[in-house]
Amino acid sequence: MYCEKCKKRPATLHFTKIVNDEKTEVHLCEQCAQEMGKVNTMFTPFSITDLLSSFFEVGGEGQQTIYGQQALKCPQCGFTFGDIKKTGRLGCGHCYVTFREQLMPILKRIQGRTEHSGKVPKKIGGQIWLSREIKRLKDELNKAVAEEAYERAAQLRDKIRELEGKPVDGQGRW
Amino acid sequence: MVNWIKNDGPNSDVVISSRIRLARNIEGIPFPIIMDDKQAQQVVKIVKDAIFNSNTVLAGEFIDLEIDKLSDIDVQRLVEVHVVSPDLVKNRKRSAVLLRRDETVSIMINEEDHIRIQCLNTGFQLENVWDLADKVDDVIEENVKYAFDEQLGYLTCCPTNVGTGIRASVMLHLPALTITGYTKGMLQTISKIGLTVRGLYGEGTEVAGNMFQLSNQLTLGQSEEEIINNLTTVTHQLVDREWAARENIAKHDRYGLEDKIYRSYGILSNARKISSKEAMDLLSDVRMGVDMEILKEVDINTINQLMFDIQPASVQKLAGITDGAEQRDVARAEVIRQRLNKK
Repeated sequence: MYCEKCKKRPATLHFTKIVNDEKTEVHLCEQCAQEMGKVNTMFTPFSITDLLSSFFEVGGEGQQTIYGQQALKCPQCGFTFGDIKKTGRLGCGHCYVTFREQLMPILKRIQGRTEHSGKVPKKIGGQIWLSREIKRLKDELNKAVAEEAYERAAQLRDKIRELEGKPVDGQGRW
Repeated sequence: MVNWIKNDGPNSDVVISSRIRLARNIEGIPFPIIMDDKQAQQVVKIVKDAIFNSNTVLAGEFIDLEIDKLSDIDVQRLVEVHVVSPDLVKNRKRSAVLLRRDETVSIMINEEDHIRIQCLNTGFQLENVWDLADKVDDVIEENVKYAFDEQLGYLTCCPTNVGTGIRASVMLHLPALTITGYTKGMLQTISKIGLTVRGLYGEGTEVAGNMFQLSNQLTLGQSEEEIINNLTTVTHQLVDREWAARENIAKHDRYGLEDKIYRSYGILSNARKISSKEAMDLLSDVRMGVDMEILKEVDINTINQLMFDIQPASVQKLAGITDGAEQRDVARAEVIRQRLNKK
């Protein structure tokens, strides 16, 4: 098979692009593919931008709201919602604040949930980190008690008290 | 040439490697997608200082790869051994990579996000790899204020990474499940539980040599531990099923299996010209043969190393040749013959 572009060299790279269930195949030689910017590496990572952008296309009533907001600009980086829609990416951390209202339903669609429940940076987190850590330890404590692992439970309880700023009872009593 | 692949990891028969990647950004600076050169330099400096000036052992363990000065082939080679990502290469004039000397940790600066911490090791050891990533993250955080939102977690350029910013993955070698057709349905089933399957080099790449990269799809709403546990459970199941399928094939068609393995070994030991796709498929058979103790002429580490060394840039680097698919195929066959016929 010859390259579709130059029609001289053999096609060694084969691209399959699927957009809205429509499959297109492109066959190119290494040189033409590089010229067309299809590859700048020797294999072909294809962009998921197309796929991602489609998440930002909201049908029905939501669509109007979103288009109405297109002029809104992020004060920190200058990105508009149109830019986000086009690239499937955000411009800076502050975009999550600027476009929060529009982003929430999209995040819900992509991620299923909209509440972070993992690691929190200690420095920024401060109180958030503390309360989540205490909650996590309490869950573990309940588990330890259910498993009758009392030694571990006592350790966990001391740790929780320490974080809550309460004095630790050295006797190991509740 | 590369260290991490040579490490002896636990359960490394089916699970080739375990990897954790964390995406982080610095508050107040636009993401790489729209930052200017000055801001890019600023980010590089902040992260380098955070590592090299930290009061931990890490400070002495990292080197700056100076990726902007490396040749294209050298950079490509780093991609092929998974030390840097394909996305970083696109932007490498203003990126930087800090690599731990044993190559198990790389910190990519100005990839899609300001900071991408990647920890990687052989075999099935997601928890160890996560512990390491978590520590490196803590060290950086001591001197960097991350973009973080109380509700949404770590803020990332792409909304598919927001939250934990974690991508946990295992690279699996599943030849028997592929032969029996099981892997075809795997993709659908797995996406239902928040996981995804990709080819050897991540997003959008094809599966070669029956190697599958299994990773978490979602990053928001689950803790890092939950994500890792979920992936671990599914991996255990796949490892068990792979072995069951191998034993089943061995029981019902022992000669057919041995024949396939030895034919592949024969071609690899004698070929004078071979493409990377063909080589990967044949190496897959040989690898299964070694794992099942059918083929004893070669050890597993040689095969693992070859799976990386036969990739295009790696072959070019090893053979010292310039670009050109045919020249490369000849050089590749030679590299394979040398390694397999070495006693």
